[in-house]
Amino acid sequence: MANLSSEFIGIKSPNPFWLASAPPTDKEYNVRRAYEAGWGGVVWKTLGMDGPPVVNVSGPRYGAIYGPDRTLLGLNNIELITDRPLEVNLREIKTVKRDYPDRALVVSLMVPCDEESWKFILREVENTGADGVELNFGCPHGMAERGMGAAVGQVPEYIEMVTRWVKTHSRMPCIVKLTPNITDIRKPAEAAQRGGADAVSLINTINSITSVDLDLFAPEPTIDGMGTHGGYCGPAVKPIALNMVAEIARNAETRKLPISGIGGVTTWRDAAEFMALGASNVQVCTAVMTYGFRIVEEMIAGLSAFMDQKGFTATSELVGLAVPKVTDWQYLNLNYTTKAVIKQEDCIKCGRCHVVCEDTSHQAIAMAADRTVTVKDEECVACNLCVDVCPTGCISMQELPVGTLDPRTGRPVGTPLNWTEHPNNPSGSAAACAREPAE
Amino acid sequence: MTTSQFQPGIMPGRLPAEDYCHAFADTAPPLTDHAARVAADRCYFCYDAPCTTACPSGIDVPLFIRQIATGQPEAAAVTILSQNIFGGLCARVCPTETLCEGACVREVAEGKPVEIGLLQRHATDRLQAAGVHPFSRAERTDFSIAVVGAGPAGLACAHRLAMKGHEVTLYDARLKPGGLNEYGIAAYKAPGGFAAKEVAWLLQIGGITLLENWALGRNGTLADLLEDHDAVFLGMGLAGVNALTIPGAEHATPATDFIAHLRQSEDLATLPIGRRVVVIGGGMTAVDAAVQAKLLGAETSTIVYRRSQPEMPASLHEQDHAQTHGVRIVPNATPVAIRKDEVGFEVEFARTATRDGTMTLLEDTLRLKADQVFTAIGQTLGPVPEGLTITGGKIAIDATGRTGLAKVWAGGDCASGGEDLTVTASAQGRDAAEDIHAFLMGA
Ligand SMILES: Cc1cc2nc3c(=O)[nH]c(=O)nc-3n(C[C@H](O)[C@H](O)[C@H](O)COP(=O)(O)OP(=O)(O)OC[C@H]3O[C@@H](n4cnc5c(N)ncnc54)[C@H](O)[C@@H]3O)c2cc1C
Ligand SMILES: Cc1cc2nc3c(=O)[nH]c(=O)nc-3n(C[C@H](O)[C@H](O)[C@H](O)COP(=O)(O)O)c2cc1C
Ligand code: SF4
Ligand code: SF4
Ligand code: SF4
Repeated sequence: MANLSSEFIGIKSPNPFWLASAPPTDKEYNVRRAYEAGWGGVVWKTLGMDGPPVVNVSGPRYGAIYGPDRTLLGLNNIELITDRPLEVNLREIKTVKRDYPDRALVVSLMVPCDEESWKFILREVENTGADGVELNFGCPHGMAERGMGAAVGQVPEYIEMVTRWVKTHSRMPCIVKLTPNITDIRKPAEAAQRGGADAVSLINTINSITSVDLDLFAPEPTIDGMGTHGGYCGPAVKPIALNMVAEIARNAETRKLPISGIGGVTTWRDAAEFMALGASNVQVCTAVMTYGFRIVEEMIAGLSAFMDQKGFTATSELVGLAVPKVTDWQYLNLNYTTKAVIKQEDCIKCGRCHVVCEDTSHQAIAMAADRTVTVKDEECVACNLCVDVCPTGCISMQELPVGTLDPRTGRPVGTPLNWTEHPNNPSGSAAACAREPAE
Repeated sequence: MTTSQFQPGIMPGRLPAEDYCHAFADTAPPLTDHAARVAADRCYFCYDAPCTTACPSGIDVPLFIRQIATGQPEAAAVTILSQNIFGGLCARVCPTETLCEGACVREVAEGKPVEIGLLQRHATDRLQAAGVHPFSRAERTDFSIAVVGAGPAGLACAHRLAMKGHEVTLYDARLKPGGLNEYGIAAYKAPGGFAAKEVAWLLQIGGITLLENWALGRNGTLADLLEDHDAVFLGMGLAGVNALTIPGAEHATPATDFIAHLRQSEDLATLPIGRRVVVIGGGMTAVDAAVQAKLLGAETSTIVYRRSQPEMPASLHEQDHAQTHGVRIVPNATPVAIRKDEVGFEVEFARTATRDGTMTLLEDTLRLKADQVFTAIGQTLGPVPEGLTITGGKIAIDATGRTGLAKVWAGGDCASGGEDLTVTASAQGRDAAEDIHAFLMGA
């Protein structure tokens, strides 16, 4: 079994699976159970300033989006940072770290935007023996209205300023946690780097309203007849998070900045995907809030088996392997041609591939009277919709090698050609010499 | 007083009184709301769905299941009932394993179809519980139609005609409407007086006058009906039964009579049943009679079928149902005589062999002791008015239900086409009504 031990900005953990700062890490009881279950590290639920703690709503604070059989696909929350007194959290952090020295314990922080507050809280955290801090610049509700969380994360200058304070007043490794509620994720990452951050983690939750109560005509979760936007997370946000991780990993400015990947990580495979796109480790919240801590056993076993299969001996060998394969659309090979191929023996004749292609796409799948479905190569543009909707997964894409005839265009498949080189591109290099527009 | 299961003869009360209710409880209990959601989520919303094609009444299965999945079971019920007004009973009695569920792509994929029957019941139960009749009548016409037979064919026809604004007079020979829904379907498939409640709910449409205890041939002729009405629909079902032609045949009772008696019994503990019951036949009626005999406390209940077991008209599901209820199935034996003995009867069978579809009698015989013998060897068309064409023992109709006689339509068990099932009867009644309407309005 491959060794999963991981080192992230100098913080060691037996595996790259950490729990994200959230309810699962809000107190000693939970964190001990998490470590016992096998989690490599935790980011403690965000601490605020000394003094009276924040107050949470006492009505429902979560909402959800479901797939079939009420599989939870997306979770929305209007919870704030920890609502327990600072000294209680600090005391617990100290004892837990003492009892589990081999596990990572990072403390998430969110205090007002003045240097003194940060100086104070950093000293307190340092005394606990915690391994590092994570700056919560992402919480999209409640705290943002008070000038913290996403209110900081959406202004690169503030990120840089606060990060610099943290690095000035503490020797602890510092992770800056980014909000996805922004147009270009590279900007806050660059700001964090300028401020001296050791790493970024992303994503925090996405502004969202999950549903509307159609009797009350109010957003859910509904608090005394009213609702507010919350933060969205869980499997549904994974594609957004993966893209943002990749954006930072392939950005020239930030390509060396370590990343902790967060957002919808549920299985070993999700974790491997984040790591391939440049994350050194992953953090998990919704998946444990859906199934409990034991899922880490599957993640550990799954990632180890995968690494054995690929011949990797350290998780670092996997990190970033897919980054060079992420490019801009204009560099994709427009001559690359595939066709949908149906494995007839696995087809159950539901007709979904036929109807979606017929109704919404390219009329490229015929359905016979006996319900047999066949691809019309002369119409198939290889859009992949049939593959995506087939319930049994019996459709795949098959590449046509260069030189073979594409029945759709009536021409042989050409050698690689991207948009910058394409004759149809009015601003491309080939445009000048193209007299007749190609199809 | 309870008689023991082992007491010879034909006796009532073989079980403790409180056991009957349990024995005849719903065979397929309704889905809970949660179970219905889970079941509904399994539907793929197939294109040109094979389940719909396989349903004799053409219910839009994927649509109604999607309506359940999106939290509107009552709307799902309307989708069902607008194709098949007996959607409630069909959900309970259809042999779904050979119809919709047999064709479901998830049967192909996993050997576990979407539970269409149970979902159909979930939706229709919700609507009936709400006491809602979701259909209303179109603007009244001056047409009046006679419907003969208040079984599912006649009632479905009457309901659709009433919806179109016509006046319907429904004639039935029995004292209660419902046909075999009321007198034939096994008691445990639709307990709690479901059939009667469904008919009452159906009649809420209005415009239907029911004349009970009125038999065509006895109380009036087809000519009389044609004189009083603009069109006639015949849905008389199969009033006769095939009889044995062997020595001692008079000792056997038609299973349908036994079942009709059972269905009308107020207190099952008072219903006499034999200690050893033998049912001759191999179809749905044989299974229903044998199982219900067992449930009433018969010590043994045996189905004897003349051909091999795979050839039985009863589906595999029904055979399983019989066998798990302790019924013994004896294939390849045909009765040759029934003799009376000290306590009951002895039925003698000749062993048979079937090769390439042809049956031959063997030398070997089999003798079964019985206290009660039922026959379930098929039902036949009763007397029908003159002038109708009969094919294969049924009134010949075309795809729209028209008979050879002007202004006379027919459907259900008495008519040609389709299997003898509630769902087929309901569909044929509906289709005939549509054609009658088109005919009258075009006229
Ligand atoms: C024991 C048994 C069990 C069955 N179980 C099932 C099952 O589980 N599932 C299933 O789908 N199907 C089942 N069937 C078949 C199903 O009941 C019939 O296919 C269906 O009832 C046919 O409907 P119908 O309206 O044509 O006839 P019927 O239901 O037979 O109704 C005919 C009506 O016409 C009346 N009538 C007859 N003659 C006259 C006359 N001369 N004048 C006036 N009225 C007349 C009768 O009183 C009756 O009310 C079963 C049948 C039997 C016998
Ligand atoms: C109920 C709830 C509370 C959260 N509280 C915090 C928090 O206090 N600090 C923080 O940095 N992130 C918080 N998050 C965000 C998570 O740490 C994580 O970034 C996000 O849920 C995405 O990961 P996931 O898809 O694995 O859940 C919270 C999430 C949830 C669901
Ligand atoms: S979607 Fe898949 S299973 Fe359904 S008909 Fe098409 S190929 Fe067959
Ligand atoms: S009516 Fe019967 S065959 Fe038709 S869908 Fe319903 S249960 Fe299936
Ligand atoms: S065949 Fe099965 S999966 Fe397809 S629409 Fe019908 S019930 Fe749904």
